Amino acid sequence: MVTTFVFVVAAAVLLVAALIAVLKNNLVHAAMGLVVSLFGTAVLFVLLEAYFLAVAQVVIYVGAIAILIVFSIMLTRRVGAQWGNQTNPTWPFALLAAGVLTVLFALMVRGWNPDQALPAAEAVPGDVTARLGAALVNPGGYVVPFEVASVLLLAALIGAVYVAWGGRKAEKSTQR
Amino acid sequence: MVPLSWYLVVAALLFGIGVYGVLARRNAVAILIGLELMFNAVLINVVAFWRYLHPAQVPGLVFAVVIFAVAAAEVAVGLALFIAVYRRFGSSDVDDINLLKW
Repeated sequence: MVTTFVFVVAAAVLLVAALIAVLKNNLVHAAMGLVVSLFGTAVLFVLLEAYFLAVAQVVIYVGAIAILIVFSIMLTRRVGAQWGNQTNPTWPFALLAAGVLTVLFALMVRGWNPDQALPAAEAVPGDVTARLGAALVNPGGYVVPFEVASVLLLAALIGAVYVAWGGRKAEKSTQR
Repeated sequence: MVPLSWYLVVAALLFGIGVYGVLARRNAVAILIGLELMFNAVLINVVAFWRYLHPAQVPGLVFAVVIFAVAAAEVAVGLALFIAVYRRFGSSDVDDINLLKW
């Protein structure tokens, strides 16, 4: 009962914040909507008993990605510029595409009806976070994907620094 | 416990909102915000399926952790690209970035 209530509140907040994130003309407000939406997702993870992922969601998404987005909004804006209209003139087509996609997903869920088709969920046995940690460093487990993810992150960071730096030539061209 | 279909419907709505953001927004960073919403919808689906189908096993969670890493890499590279583009064009509006357009 409490779970249902928390789920409904979290889902409503999450979806409204997501709408703010895609509709607001002021991009800083949109980024704040994204932050609230990411927090709502973390609440859903807690309800799903994926506690490690809930914490990782707050640390990685809210703590790092959202801050990066706010920073780049502030970096890529002329000083004193008005926000103006942030929506493409072709937005009705975007709405149509998104609506059709969502309706198709909903029909798929309804046609499959997982609540009837699947057996009731079992309880999560034991300490799932400890088992996840062990599996991530176990050579017989998932150490290879884990290491590939770290190499990917390292490569992405080096690439990002290289691309964003631009060297001395870029420094000159911004001073026009 | 909340039925699985509720999670799937919330994730579908979130994905739809993200698609709208990606298609309708003008600013490159705003497009990235829409992309993040889509990533989150996928994550909700992955974790919900793990919880309802195989809660005793960890692969679903490992998958989610890898998605986290890929999302972080994608955002870092994307934002670096937008900053480089802004430096070149003086704007992060995707309509202004038209070097490859006739």
